[in-house]
Amino acid sequence: MVPDDLLYTEDHEWIRDDGGEYVVGITAWASEQLGELTFVELPETGMDVHQGESVGTVESVKAASDVYSPVSGHIVEVNETLEDDPGLLTKDPYGDGWLFKLDSIRVADLKKLMKPDAYERFLEEQTE
Amino acid sequence: MQLIFEQSAPGRRALELDPLDVPAADLPPELLRSKPAALPEVSELDVVRHFTRLSRRNFGIDTHFYPLGSCTMKYNPKLADRAADHPGFTRLHPHFSTSPAYRARCQGAFEVIHATERMLAEIGGMAEASLQPIAGAHGELAGALLMAAYHRDRGNTGKDTILIPDSAHGTNPASAAIAGFKVREVPSKRDGTLNVRALTRALDDSVAGIMLTCPNTHGLFEPAVGRIACMARDRDALMYYDGANLNAIIGRCRPGDMGFDIMHFNLHKTFATPHGMGGPGSGPVGVSARLVDYLPGPRVVARDGAYDLATPPKSIGRMAAFFGNFLVAVRAYAYMRALGASGLRDISTGAVLNANYVHAKLKSAFTSAFDTPFMHECVFTATPQARKGVRALDIAKALLDRGFHAPTVYFPLTVKESLMVEPTETESRETLDAFCEAMLEIAKLADEDPDALTRAPETLPVGRLDEVRAARRLNCSF
Ligand SMILES: Cc1ncc(COP(=O)(O)O)c(C=O)c1O
Repeated sequence: MVPDDLLYTEDHEWIRDDGGEYVVGITAWASEQLGELTFVELPETGMDVHQGESVGTVESVKAASDVYSPVSGHIVEVNETLEDDPGLLTKDPYGDGWLFKLDSIRVADLKKLMKPDAYERFLEEQTE
Repeated sequence: MQLIFEQSAPGRRALELDPLDVPAADLPPELLRSKPAALPEVSELDVVRHFTRLSRRNFGIDTHFYPLGSCTMKYNPKLADRAADHPGFTRLHPHFSTSPAYRARCQGAFEVIHATERMLAEIGGMAEASLQPIAGAHGELAGALLMAAYHRDRGNTGKDTILIPDSAHGTNPASAAIAGFKVREVPSKRDGTLNVRALTRALDDSVAGIMLTCPNTHGLFEPAVGRIACMARDRDALMYYDGANLNAIIGRCRPGDMGFDIMHFNLHKTFATPHGMGGPGSGPVGVSARLVDYLPGPRVVARDGAYDLATPPKSIGRMAAFFGNFLVAVRAYAYMRALGASGLRDISTGAVLNANYVHAKLKSAFTSAFDTPFMHECVFTATPQARKGVRALDIAKALLDRGFHAPTVYFPLTVKESLMVEPTETESRETLDAFCEAMLEIAKLADEDPDALTRAPETLPVGRLDEVRAARRLNCSF
């Protein structure tokens, strides 16, 4: 059900190794819970962030949620198209709806993340 | 319906100014407008019809049952309005209080402030209270600033974090952050109460304070609150009580006795002022004895048989101009004096009874978020209905068609598809029964004809609004 080439956090972020750079977004489940998004607040390019640090927010008519960085690293790019079109995140959470890219990440942090099957089990617990 | 600006006709007037009866004073040219203000030009009758028409389209507590959870939308007796309307209060210029020549004219107002602060302190089990903060969130900010002042004064270094439950109202972390603190979130357990083990782990020496509300926003009393207060004291962390839910416990138990050091009161929930719609609010802050010296100032003090102003020695300073929203305090004063101790106790009795009555009637059709008796509000999850395509939002809209304001939906964030019903003590059994019947009918429709609900509202002046577009394309001016 969830893409099998990603790692996941308990806060429903995903991260993908794009050959040295790491792309981060939020999962389809999380975006569905929020409903249609009204605003996305992104971090700034050039920031150094820590694992679990709040780096942005996604907001819908129902709620605003923090976005946490899945790993420590350096933000090299943010998806500015989301600022004009937050709906992209709902439409394509694992593709065009990505949030930001990191490099110089702390590789050890990846070990603390969930593999796809573990995340699916985690979701089942959430929805039971 | 036309906006009042669209009714404007050049030259039409509602008001003739009286002839000038004081010496004219010239304003400096930089203060003068170069062209007239863009005001609607309408007659008095236009204004009366326009606003009367608007008021008839409004959903308000004077017209409808309004079970908006966490907001305590109870009926506010007109007696409180009458007290606040007294010309002795409304004609009193606040600057009289700053001028020694006129201060004598403020003795009555000072007495109301002093007595209201004393009564609130007694209800909260606090040593003192200050009426300055003008909203619940503003009282929280005052509380967080009091924490900072306390730790600074004690030479406590490194206390930069406040612990807040995941079920808390969003203003709690916002207030803590504005006061310069970091926020650490503490999870709830499945039963809806705070996870004390997680709190114990999070409670290290960097913790300046813990913000709780009790009953919490799940409508449940926190059974461990006394134990948490002891643990906080061991670390010299201060306990903050978010008084938004005071309606549930007023006259029964007191935050001060539970071990809280600071609290705010929402006069515009519990004490006879309507909540919301941007009207004037009041969020007085109360403190235990060890924090009295830090309270906002100046304060009204009783001295030699009269009232005077004094600023506490280590005051965090002013939180608002003058004495906060004074007329809201007058309403609270009148309300408390009219009810007396036993009447205040009846508030919590009725509030808790009514919430549990509604819960008992609805729990066969709606899934309780927590399998337990509630305090003053009950929380359901509409996930079973959502699976059939009827979400909490659809239920809320369908209630509007049936003549009831919607309960709070999608808060607390810990409960999926949440419906949070707070009936309050001021509703009759007949009203509660009618509301429950509407809810049961909606539950039945969710099974049999979900489309009928997703189209709602169909009977109101406007249908389903595009809330996403309204939020994305914010346009507040004409
Ligand atoms: C639990 C809780 N805490 C705090 C607040 C904030 O109060 P105010 O709206 O007066 O700022 C609210 C408001 O509804 C609330 O429900």
